[in-house]
Amino acid sequence: MQQQQIVVGDVQKVFRTQERDVVALKDINLTINQGEFVCLLGPSGCGKSTLLNAIAGFSLPSSGSILVDGRPVSAPGPERGMVFQEYALFPWMTVAQNVAFGLEVKGMAKADIAARVDNLLDKLHLKDFRNRFPKDLSGGMRQRVAIARVLAMDSPIMLMDEPFGALDALTRRNLQDELLRIWAEFGKTIIFVTHSIEESSYLADRIVVMTYRPGTVKRDHHVTLPRPRDPSCTEFNELKRELGQLVMEEQQRHAAAEMRLAAVD
Amino acid sequence: MQKQLTSFLRGAIVPVVILLVWEACARAGLVSPIVLPAPSAVAAKWWEALLSGELVHDSIASLYRVVVGFVVGAALALPMGLLMGSSQRLYGLFNPLLQLLRPIPPIAYIPLAILWFGLGNPPSVFLIAIGAFFPVLMNTIAGVRHVDGIYLRAAHNLGVGQLALFTRVILPAATPYILAGVRIGIGTAFIVVIVSEMIAVNDGLGYRILEAREFMWSDKIIAGMITIGLLGLVLDSAMNALNNHLLRWHRGLEH
Repeated sequence: MQQQQIVVGDVQKVFRTQERDVVALKDINLTINQGEFVCLLGPSGCGKSTLLNAIAGFSLPSSGSILVDGRPVSAPGPERGMVFQEYALFPWMTVAQNVAFGLEVKGMAKADIAARVDNLLDKLHLKDFRNRFPKDLSGGMRQRVAIARVLAMDSPIMLMDEPFGALDALTRRNLQDELLRIWAEFGKTIIFVTHSIEESSYLADRIVVMTYRPGTVKRDHHVTLPRPRDPSCTEFNELKRELGQLVMEEQQRHAAAEMRLAAVD
Repeated sequence: MQKQLTSFLRGAIVPVVILLVWEACARAGLVSPIVLPAPSAVAAKWWEALLSGELVHDSIASLYRVVVGFVVGAALALPMGLLMGSSQRLYGLFNPLLQLLRPIPPIAYIPLAILWFGLGNPPSVFLIAIGAFFPVLMNTIAGVRHVDGIYLRAAHNLGVGQLALFTRVILPAATPYILAGVRIGIGTAFIVVIVSEMIAVNDGLGYRILEAREFMWSDKIIAGMITIGLLGLVLDSAMNALNNHLLRWHRGLEH
């Protein structure tokens, strides 16, 4: 049966700045099951990345708790592998070295590392690029390497912070399909932050729409559309319309707040 | 190939014209050979010194001091810079003192260097080490402080420990800065070696120039100077090649 893997309880996050305190997250309660593909959706400033960073352990909540497999999150760790929008590959390492790095520092035997790296490079169609440096790769290729790096660590959970945000539409769709394939093959739990309605509708089992400041859960929507999803079908577009309304309400609050701030300045 | 040749020829125009004018002035007797010897005389002297082995001996002596002094200075500066760059507390402790010492030119240490180390190579190496120390230190500190936080986050996410974070993430990320410091440090070492050879040793290019001055051998002085220029050029080209190799991953101007 499905097992609760990530339990976010009454999480609050306040950023203190000199002028004011910004409540980025408020009363977040979320339970994510093993193997679920969850999208956090909302406009900029809704705290979706803040929540992801809290689960990753980069920036802990001001109050409340985050449990992963029953243990509270206190620091970043390889069991919660992160894929960053900026790729965050180490530019001085080749593709293969980047993928192997986490395993090397873990102290895995050289032969095992080589086998695992070969296998992953093969799966992600990176074999011919293994000795290239990141600067010689396209954005899509770089993000494949970043995904391979997380897969190498055998993390049960993948956290993805707008990973395809900087890619062109075709590369993006391509990587989305690849991600779904990987998700199905490796059985990962994925938390995927995006502001794209289309992207979340295409990918997720479950879409958590968040509100603009303070960030709260506006709607926790379970997507029932079968996969592979056809973005041109009626049901898909109905889903998009529904989500679009929710997101636009928050986007308008975001825009209004920006106007107010600009007026104050 | 064709292009390289044209650019080489174009680059040669100005030096050749200057040499021709200079030679003509010297031959016409417009200047005394002691004030400004003809380039042909300088070339002859240079060739003679090369054949006698004196030039090679002096060049090696000077290079040896540069290398040893530089290695000593950089070997102290690098770990110190890594620590100061990553620890605000150490930075606060050491930075005021360093900022006070940094503007003192290595040459001002000459009297102390002789008092502390006597004559021969040690004072020379000491002065060169001081000259190389500061540029490498300052750039290492800056390099570590400018490491992009995203690399640290990615490393923490992969479960990287403190030591590996230093050696495999922070150090390579800071390499572009460190190498820039190394290059400046070698330049300084090269200046200091010539000066230091004028005080405490009896070989090396600096010593040879000073010796020639006492006999008013202007052609030999200039031959020595040109050798220094050539050595500097070789050293800098080697450094450039090393730079390009170590930073082959770097995006450089595209970034």
